[in-house]
Amino acid sequence: MSKTMTGAKMVVQALVDQGVEVVFGYPGGAVLPIYDEIFQQNHIQHILVRHEQGAVHAAEGYARSTGKPGVALVTSGPGATNAVTGLTDALMDSIPIIVLTGQVPTFMIGSDAFQEADTVGITRPCTKHNWLVKETDRLAATMHEAFHVATSGRPGPVLIDIPKDVQFATGKYTEARQVETHYAPQVKGDLDAITELAKAMETAKRPIFYTGGGVINSGPAASQLLRELVAETNFPITSTLMGLGCYPASGENWLGMLGMHGLYEANMAMHDCDLMINIGARFDDRITGLVDKFSPGSKKAHIDIDASSINKVIRVDIPILGDVAHVLEDLLKVWKSRGRKTNKEGLSKWWDQINEWKQVDCLKFKQEGKTIKPQHAVARLEALTKSHDRYICTEVGQHQMWAAQYLGFEDPNRWMTSGGLGTMGYGFPASVGVQLAHRDALVINVAGEASWLMNMQELGTAVQYNLPVKQFILNNERLGMVRQWQELLHGERYSQSWSEALPDFVKLAEAFGAKGIMVSDPDDLDDAIMEMINHDGPVLFDCLIEKHENCFPMIPSGKPHNEMLLGENADTTNAIQAGGAVMV
Amino acid sequence: MSPLKIKKGATSHSAYNLRSSYGDEVERHTLAVIVANEPGVLARVIGLFSGRGYNIESLTVAEVDHEGHRSRITIVTSGKPQIITQIKSQLSRIVPVHQVHDLTVEGPTVERELALLKVAGSGDHRIEAIRLADIFRANVVDSTLESFVFEITGTPEKIDAFADLMRPLGLQEVARTGVAALARGSEAKTS
Repeated sequence: MSKTMTGAKMVVQALVDQGVEVVFGYPGGAVLPIYDEIFQQNHIQHILVRHEQGAVHAAEGYARSTGKPGVALVTSGPGATNAVTGLTDALMDSIPIIVLTGQVPTFMIGSDAFQEADTVGITRPCTKHNWLVKETDRLAATMHEAFHVATSGRPGPVLIDIPKDVQFATGKYTEARQVETHYAPQVKGDLDAITELAKAMETAKRPIFYTGGGVINSGPAASQLLRELVAETNFPITSTLMGLGCYPASGENWLGMLGMHGLYEANMAMHDCDLMINIGARFDDRITGLVDKFSPGSKKAHIDIDASSINKVIRVDIPILGDVAHVLEDLLKVWKSRGRKTNKEGLSKWWDQINEWKQVDCLKFKQEGKTIKPQHAVARLEALTKSHDRYICTEVGQHQMWAAQYLGFEDPNRWMTSGGLGTMGYGFPASVGVQLAHRDALVINVAGEASWLMNMQELGTAVQYNLPVKQFILNNERLGMVRQWQELLHGERYSQSWSEALPDFVKLAEAFGAKGIMVSDPDDLDDAIMEMINHDGPVLFDCLIEKHENCFPMIPSGKPHNEMLLGENADTTNAIQAGGAVMV
Repeated sequence: MSPLKIKKGATSHSAYNLRSSYGDEVERHTLAVIVANEPGVLARVIGLFSGRGYNIESLTVAEVDHEGHRSRITIVTSGKPQIITQIKSQLSRIVPVHQVHDLTVEGPTVERELALLKVAGSGDHRIEAIRLADIFRANVVDSTLESFVFEITGTPEKIDAFADLMRPLGLQEVARTGVAALARGSEAKTS
């Protein structure tokens, strides 16, 4: 016996059936029936954001910190177009979110009605899949299928566009178990390929694990299996920005992050290795540097759930299509059953070499004088918060890289940053989503002042729901990363890369009913950070830092891994040449 | 979350070989893409090609299984082998795409295209046109005292050749359907 109900009620019922607890949204004309249903129930908490982009990023933060899909609900037209950046962000970083948009009634579609937009057309390239539901009878089934698609295979954002008459009309509710789908991506890897990789691991002299966000997306079991694999083999391990936390930063085999602003030892090891085992990463251009000279002497294996990621940028020798946890489980079994062999002599020399690279101490900096260095600020934040149950978000720019370099992540799902799309304005709403999922945890958004201002309206959300998110703003009154590139590439002509007419962040916080803290003296930094941590409520932490600090190490664009710029003494003249200048 | 009922053997990954050896020559491939016949599915396929900068030489689409809501899109594309592999992998991950077959590598195929050609002229040109049409087994589907519309079916090369011959004889307009293709033999590649 199927139940009969209105489309609006179906939306809420399907969310409840899918185990959704929180929806981030903003009402409007085309979603009023759904909001009316939300008003009349207590199963789902609705969080009223201040801008639809904030709703989607908050859903992303919720999803990334819990491993569950995030849900956003917005109205038609501008509500939907404001969601586009968040959808694209989630697509690039493979984050499972479900965005519900209202639409003008079916009989008005195509008439340029008030607040009409071709939402499925606009969002087709920035969702994993989307649907326009024209019949109430199809609505529940579509909702269930949407959750399945968002969370299966390579996760991603999906969108359901629901015309207002479909919300009002009555139809039959379909249970999830009644929904048939053909969409079922392969999760088990090919055993022959896995065996080939196990064999390569037995003889490799200079192996390295190169891990990415796929490990995190695969779930906690994947991180656990990865840790076991690293411990058993004693191979070194590095990770992309997206994969931080899949292996603990305190782990013995950890080389730190790799890539454009990655650690010297990690990039050198990637360049010189003879066996590269890519686990859930995608050879992004921030990682590879110059593709032609990328790790020239290595045999490459690639474990990925998305066939289109394999051989897209870098040709690999051992492709393994499958889910990370499933493949690692089989890989461990095969490797163990073959006698747990590694090339101990080769490995020992390899570690000697790596330890030599580590001596370069590529993250060293000097905190002196009366100005706070950004690296020092992040290092102190790490020291004073690492014992907490801590989640970190970031915006995009220099501060994001310093956070990745100087903060240590021990577990997956603790690090929320916009990796693929590089969305300034991501971090603050994401931190709101994280805090909602983890009410008692310490949630910090490491930000730059310019990024933070892009979605500052969400301070209202944080105050309304008493979400004690800590906004740790490294304020250099500059668009720091833009400034850095202008210094390196454009003859120090700092075109439009400074922040003028900045608000007084303390007063701004107070105006919203939050707490503001400003610090500029290195001697006051620790006390100020402790004050931030101990305040039970949202805090805007305005940390005035050195204005012209550059982010190092750095692989200039168009250069390979072994040509990094290191620290303060780096010779940055002509660091980027014509070939690299066209790249971003 | 409640699990969905997933049909056995639902998603196939038959089309691409992840280990294919890559050359640098541009190749022409004919792909058969079986899709759910739902709104927007063609836009998804075309959007993939334009968004990622792939070539479409021809594309045909029509429903082939009314009860099963299946359409068949036949795409002729060209690119280096690595790009061809990418195109197939990218197509395969579109949710309403059920199967992707690379007919060019899966064995011998028959490829056919239909074209309509309007040829206007009189006197010797008109007689020569109808004589050549006969050689190419083209049918006259419309005629006036000054023109013919020919219908011709064949490989794209045959249609090219026929059009080339008609050009000096007064070719006015051509409409082509694009390629439809099937594997030879008794076995069905798609289901």
